[in-house]
Amino acid sequence: MKLVLDHIGVRVGRSMHLDDISLTLEPGSFNLLLGPTLAGKTSLLRLMAGLDHPTSGKIRIDGRDVTSLGVRGRSVAMVYQQFVNYPSFTVYENIASPLRLGRRLSAAEIDRKVLAVAEMMHIDKLLDRLPGELSGGQQQRTAIARALVKEADLLLLDEPLVNLDYKLREEMRAEMREIFARHTTTVVYATTEPQEALLLGGQAAVLDAGRLIQFGATLDVYHRPASVRVGEIFSDPPMNLLAVAIERRGSGVVRLSPDLSFPLPSHMRALPPGPCRLGVRASHVALAPSSPADIAIPATVELAEISGSETFIHGRHNDLAIVAHTAGVHSYRIGETVALHLDPQRLFAFDADGRLIAAPERQPGTVSGAA
Amino acid sequence: MKKIPNNRAWFLVLPVFVTVAFSAIIPLMTVVNYSVQDIFGPYNRVFVGTEFFEMVLQDRDLHEALQRQLLFSFWVLLIEVPLGIAIALALPVRGWLASLCLVLIALPLLIPWNVVGTIWQIFARPDIGLAGVAVNRLGIHYNYTAEPFDAWLTVLVMDVWHWTPLVALLCYAGLRAIPDAFYQAARIDGASAWAVFRYIQLPKLRGVLMIAVLLRFMDSFMIYTEPFVLTGGGPGNSTTFLSQFLTTLAVGRFDLGPAAAFSIIYFLIILLFCWIFYTVIENLGRAPR
Repeated sequence: MKLVLDHIGVRVGRSMHLDDISLTLEPGSFNLLLGPTLAGKTSLLRLMAGLDHPTSGKIRIDGRDVTSLGVRGRSVAMVYQQFVNYPSFTVYENIASPLRLGRRLSAAEIDRKVLAVAEMMHIDKLLDRLPGELSGGQQQRTAIARALVKEADLLLLDEPLVNLDYKLREEMRAEMREIFARHTTTVVYATTEPQEALLLGGQAAVLDAGRLIQFGATLDVYHRPASVRVGEIFSDPPMNLLAVAIERRGSGVVRLSPDLSFPLPSHMRALPPGPCRLGVRASHVALAPSSPADIAIPATVELAEISGSETFIHGRHNDLAIVAHTAGVHSYRIGETVALHLDPQRLFAFDADGRLIAAPERQPGTVSGAA
Repeated sequence: MKKIPNNRAWFLVLPVFVTVAFSAIIPLMTVVNYSVQDIFGPYNRVFVGTEFFEMVLQDRDLHEALQRQLLFSFWVLLIEVPLGIAIALALPVRGWLASLCLVLIALPLLIPWNVVGTIWQIFARPDIGLAGVAVNRLGIHYNYTAEPFDAWLTVLVMDVWHWTPLVALLCYAGLRAIPDAFYQAARIDGASAWAVFRYIQLPKLRGVLMIAVLLRFMDSFMIYTEPFVLTGGGPGNSTTFLSQFLTTLAVGRFDLGPAAAFSIIYFLIILLFCWIFYTVIENLGRAPR
């Protein structure tokens, strides 16, 4: 199913919930909606489902205008961040429920479909249980199975893994990718997490404050964020932004602070002199140099957070705040001076309006530092 | 590691033990005392065994009062629970209108029992009461002070007026606790309004409905003040419920032995019914397919 959103807007009272969104989802494609909370992901999903209707613009499915067509007239399935199942039905009945409504299928047919989906979601041993007797992960597996068994043309998932604990989330993410790869349904998957987006791949639509700010293959969006905002959203912790000046001396210099500058890296040669903003992901800021070309920035430690087996060091150089992400558990004293190393080849450059003007060369075969 | 018995732990349980003893066991034991002994004075008592129990159980007035009581509680539950659910479903979901409706609905709950009785005593009077006069004007003969059925009906209507709001409020709270996603999911599934109620709302209301049913059963089974004020148990015995029967026995006739025996029976009946309701509603939720 090909879904086209044509200049969609949703206005509630005086506020714009969605503002002029145009998006084309190809048949059988896997699409991510990436954005912070309140970006409009859920609103957009509801429009796609036909639960709400836009106040302006058109929605077309396979060329047919369905803007005012309600949810019953469309073939959609949806999974929510809450675990939504019928509380008084067993897992089997829950999965079978979409098959029993509307279409007339034989009991054997229903049985076959339910068992196949249950097996795929690894809940085939739990078919006699009630949702209340399942763990959160199993409840969400049931909800996803319910959505899959319907074989709808459009499958919408609204942050389905956000209420699961870390381990389960990792496990299900990996499974999800395989499940979607096996189906020909057009899938839209909303998430706030860059890591999840990278793992799932497909196309990514980045939303912010009700606007679509970039749409493209997920890896392309990651490697060439169109604006500062995309860089912030599609990076966890948000991309470090450094206000610098490019000076035209010799083959060019980037001035970070009065006493710190470095030669213009090759991918930024074409940039005009003047102020600009550099972006660098925390995972590309290291505590030890990885090559002689690295720039060492002296910084005072303001905070060192340990998260799992990783450490985030918040450093400050003059008025530049830089977050570095390193593997392993390290402890730093606040106020201590460290040297943060940047690889100049990994720098993004944005102009005064926040638009991308230079991006690092893609390094073949690696998506290093997905976080 | 060797387990060290620590007898001082018992001191921690002692306060609960003492509280329960004073609040429940000791008062109950006095009743038990009176039910198995005929007591004439502090030093003059005769053990009579189950004689009082047998006496009370064979009392025809009691049988009638019990039947009346069971019928009354049956109708109370049958009317108030569905009506309460219906009101809760019909209430607005949010906004100032919701708050206003909730306050209006909760008003009867704030009125003291005997005032409720007085209100209805005047309201339903066939000569000067608004409701009484109106019904008679419609051509329906209605006089709760003279007709047993009218009296009985008035008590029932009064209870519905007084207590349905409680069920409605409980259900309203229960309904608000259902996430929107459930309704959306049902719409996507193409479920009808009835299916949404039957398969989403009702199962999700199970917990509050259990509380509502238990509270309404216990309260209606113990109803005393309102019919006492409204009809004083009459005309005849038509609105004499168990509580009033017990009061007549214990205070009016001062038959403490039979009254104590009956108190225990009364208590056991309520306990039994509550247990039945609890078990039934609990099991409704886990019916196998």
